[in-house]
Amino acid sequence: MSGVTTSARGFNLKSWLAERGVDRLLILLIPAFLAMVAFFIYPTMYGTYLSFHPMDAKSGALGNYRSFFGDPYMRDSIWNTFRIALPVSLINVFAAIPLAVRLRHRVRGKRTINTLLVIPMSLGTVLVAEGLSAYLAPNGWFNRTLLATGIIDQPLQLLHNFWGVMISLLITGFPFAFLLTLSYISGINPKMEEAASTLGATSWQRFRYITFPLLTPGLAITFCLNFVLAFSVFPSANLLGNPAGDSHVLAVAAAQAIVNNYDYSMASAISVITGGFELAVVALVLVMRSRLYSGSTSGGKG
Amino acid sequence: MAPRKVFIKSPLGWLIWGSVGFFFINLLGVIGTVVVSSFGTEWFDGWLPAGWTTKFYTTAWHDYQVPNLLRVTLQVALAVVSISILVGTPAAYVLARRDFPGKKILMLSFLLPIMLPPITYGIPLATFIYRLNLGGTLTGVIVANTVPAIPFVILVLSPFIEQIDPKIEAAARMCGATTRQIFIKILTPLIVPGLLAAALLVLVQTVALFELTYLVSGPGSNTLVVALYYAVFASGIRPYQAISAMAVFYMLTTLFILIVALRYVNPTQMVSQARSADSK
Repeated sequence: MSGVTTSARGFNLKSWLAERGVDRLLILLIPAFLAMVAFFIYPTMYGTYLSFHPMDAKSGALGNYRSFFGDPYMRDSIWNTFRIALPVSLINVFAAIPLAVRLRHRVRGKRTINTLLVIPMSLGTVLVAEGLSAYLAPNGWFNRTLLATGIIDQPLQLLHNFWGVMISLLITGFPFAFLLTLSYISGINPKMEEAASTLGATSWQRFRYITFPLLTPGLAITFCLNFVLAFSVFPSANLLGNPAGDSHVLAVAAAQAIVNNYDYSMASAISVITGGFELAVVALVLVMRSRLYSGSTSGGKG
Repeated sequence: MAPRKVFIKSPLGWLIWGSVGFFFINLLGVIGTVVVSSFGTEWFDGWLPAGWTTKFYTTAWHDYQVPNLLRVTLQVALAVVSISILVGTPAAYVLARRDFPGKKILMLSFLLPIMLPPITYGIPLATFIYRLNLGGTLTGVIVANTVPAIPFVILVLSPFIEQIDPKIEAAARMCGATTRQIFIKILTPLIVPGLLAAALLVLVQTVALFELTYLVSGPGSNTLVVALYYAVFASGIRPYQAISAMAVFYMLTTLFILIVALRYVNPTQMVSQARSADSK
């Protein structure tokens, strides 16, 4: 390729493009971009297309969606998902704030706490679910301790219902929320708080009027990513919840369509619905976030 | 440099410390239950099993074909790490250095796999992989796991490359180095720590990632975590101690990788891709 295309007016395409940042270096993007097109964008579009072509061709293009929203059992899976994902993400984020504020500076034991918190994250949902199914059982250590100390008379029913799923998401989601919040809070210049301190602000005032507003955009992202994790509760819902009842979440409904009925069309429709609801929440949070302060948190002059 | 502070100072400090302690006690309980149950002869009632044995490790090792699972897990993880580093690094470089029309849209296509629950894009992806006749094969599993790994590498590496002074490249260019030479002799040595971090983070993520492998794997291409899920899901077929032993095998594998990883990466880096995604 000569790369120089000169027209009658002396217009140089190569330098015109180069001025806009387009040159041969962009070739390096092609492998990654093609991989995403082939294995993410195309399959997603294909799945969307498939969702409008139900197995039962007579039911029309919207057949899958009609049968999903027409069936109260299926429709409730939306509510079941939100009922788990929303509170869990909020709890994780708000529990992470005080700990991250405490551990923002160099504190004794910080590295140990961080390292220990990574363990449940890297063990993953399946192992945590397997462990919890024995730990939270009526004769497991948790109930046994509560009975022995006299806090309860009857073992708590924490398995095969809403609570098992909730607890498993707290264990895997909290460390993630904490580490992310910590990395955001470490990016806030401590000089700002020091300045407020010299003007007589109490520690609560410093948190409320300085740290928290600067941290909020980061918290929005932390919430979104935790929400994504909580939205795909598939292993814990199946192992710890009641996948036919109150833990019949969207992810379970979609997987059941494939595993039990081999109905890829219906499964794709449920995926589209799941993705739609999830992205709607994320978009809402990000729009709210864009209305917040979004400048530098590192301080500087001014 | 601020002096090291003592953690506990106020009632609020006690409350926070107490909650963290409560969290860790329960975590220890969860892991402890699995380990203790794997060594027990029988454990229906009481704080501890009636007797101790290691025979269920032999049962699990043979019945679940753990050597085979470990081999598949290792093959998948290494392939995913290599492919995502090879494909992701050049892209990370361009995204760190250049501004061009359509960059935002391109970034969005790299961000979406991280912003969507894996099961959402996993189902269309699995359908597609089955249509390519790769369903249930090792290749299919590798392809599926590479999808979130490439954006992950890009998001970890881009901020890392941004820190490297472009003047170094300009100087090399002025001395007559070709693009290839700049990449091999100048950039690669400088980004080795970043590459190592990205590779280890992808490794940790791939070994623990359940949904995508579950949707595309078949007999012979199951990874450890998927086999563990099937073992727990079909509990009753084998003694529960064998399932616990299987869980211990899985736990040892992830903890081993984690210990290696934590020698080179900071715990907060485990979530760093999320932060760099935010700054884009």
